[in-house]
Amino acid sequence: MLLQAENISKTFFRDSGSSNYFYAVSPLNLDIASGTLTVLMGRSGSGKTTLLNMLCGILQPTEGRVLIDETDLYSLNDAALSRLRNERTGVIPQGRSAVDTLTVLENILLPSKLYGKTVPTEKAVHWMRELEIDHLADAFPKELSGGELRRMAIIRAIVQDPDVLFADEPTGDLDDENTDRILSAFSSLARRENKAVFIVTHENDAVKYADRLFRMEKGRLEPSSPA
Amino acid sequence: MKIFPLSMKNLVRKPGRTTALVLLTGFLAMAVFGGSVIILSLRTGLQSLEARLGADIILVPSEAQSKVSFQNMFLQGTTGAFYMDASVTDKAMEVAGVEKAAPQTFLASLKADCCSIKIQVIGIDPSRDFTVQPWIARSLTGELGDMDVVVGCKVEAGIGEIIRIYEQRCKVAACLEPTGTGLDTAVYCNMHTMDNLLAAAEAKGVSHKISSGDDTVVSAVYIKVKDGYDIDTVNTALTGKLRKVTAVRTRSMITGVSDSLAGISRTVTMMIVVIWALAFIILLLAYILIVRERSREFAVLRLIGASRSMLSRMALLESAICGLTGGFAGSAAAAVGVFSFSALIENSLGLPYLIPGFGTILLLAAGTILLSIAVSALASAFAALRLSRVNPGTALREGN
Repeated sequence: MLLQAENISKTFFRDSGSSNYFYAVSPLNLDIASGTLTVLMGRSGSGKTTLLNMLCGILQPTEGRVLIDETDLYSLNDAALSRLRNERTGVIPQGRSAVDTLTVLENILLPSKLYGKTVPTEKAVHWMRELEIDHLADAFPKELSGGELRRMAIIRAIVQDPDVLFADEPTGDLDDENTDRILSAFSSLARRENKAVFIVTHENDAVKYADRLFRMEKGRLEPSSPA
Repeated sequence: MKIFPLSMKNLVRKPGRTTALVLLTGFLAMAVFGGSVIILSLRTGLQSLEARLGADIILVPSEAQSKVSFQNMFLQGTTGAFYMDASVTDKAMEVAGVEKAAPQTFLASLKADCCSIKIQVIGIDPSRDFTVQPWIARSLTGELGDMDVVVGCKVEAGIGEIIRIYEQRCKVAACLEPTGTGLDTAVYCNMHTMDNLLAAAEAKGVSHKISSGDDTVVSAVYIKVKDGYDIDTVNTALTGKLRKVTAVRTRSMITGVSDSLAGISRTVTMMIVVIWALAFIILLLAYILIVRERSREFAVLRLIGASRSMLSRMALLESAICGLTGGFAGSAAAAVGVFSFSALIENSLGLPYLIPGFGTILLLAAGTILLSIAVSALASAFAALRLSRVNPGTALREGN
């Protein structure tokens, strides 16, 4: 599997400033292949999340194309793109990302239920045990701490067995022990299960797991050395 | 995609939000179902009155207009009696254009020891009657015997029971179907029975004598005009020929009632429209507020692969379920209210009031529920569109 960003950029409009349009992401090319863990670092507001959103198919670039195995994501209609997102990508967004009316286990299994796929309950239970939230299976999101919610979102993305896993500040709410556990799991997904993992973070913890490292500054992407 | 279970969970696990939406649609349904049943009952009552009167013209003594409101006897069941010479029937038959003339004699029973209940007794001549007998025939097979009576549906006496009228024992031979008019509180007997009752009433001091001193009296004569004759012309001819008799066109009675009914219908309809408009606006605002509350939830769904059309369908399905529940609950609540207080509504309106049949009520309820679903879905359409267009990236970053 190969995810390719071809000359993609994103401009936004704002009222203030000398120019009304500004580049959140300047034109860039990027390849993300199976079996690699790619880390993108940068300060807040540097355009990391905007890039991730474009890559995972929820934000159309102003220019350029995003391809997964030759399929141009943004040439698809909404139904097809949504289905592709469901079947081939897993996204761990920033902050809370739970459906409040569903229990933790229901939230985790929701993506497979959305299209009537086989529900990976055993896999979900395994990961819940692994990340120590198995006792919260029947709890509702409002009863969970930030860290527990984050782990729930991570499991939800992993258990669908996606080709590409996108994680936006995945360890933001986690302690050191859980941070290591999650990053190890991501690394294992890339190396053992041949998944493509793309992590966006402003913390240095993920660097040691990275196969490829990039930095982003004011919308510009610069390659960096993992070591 | 199995959006139904997800929608159900959203509704059940947000009881406050769901209850508020159901209550709003329930309120809408209650207004439209309750209002419609009242309007329909008035219309059915009017049709029933028109059918029951069955005559083109009614002749009554001139004094009837002042003695007792003639219309009230039919509309509200007011008891009363007035008399004229029985020869009026034959004289009326001599007028050109009169096809049939059926006399009726009225007697009001007393609320005293001599009478079981205070009712209006109406004597009919079976050989000439064309107005009441078709209705009696629906409930009674065979002739109406001497000292037998047929009671209106609101008279509290069952078939076979004996009711006393001026110490005379009358047997209930049949009960009539409801008409929604004052005729539901009347009791019908043949002229022979009526003669006995008039004599018994005389003995109790209730006189039916008229100035001519003739004992053979009638209270009203129902006229059927021949086809091809103008009813107004016949009416004028009857008035000219018969002295101290007023000829009342039944159409004018119906028109009066119909005018009142139209006024009430207009008011009720206006109230329904105002309630619907207000509740629709509140419902619309409620759904708009929900957009803000649920944008994050919908962003998550987009992120994990829900398409815009799925999300629109989910939002519409939830509002439709609220509409269905509210429509059902509102119709049921209105039914309980309208049916429980139908007597009170009837009395306060003072118009013929006959609740339509079960089939009609069921159709009305189904229509109300469908309308509630449609309005609920319409009110949420904008919200559904907005929610389906939520940008997941932006929505998930907001409020972090």
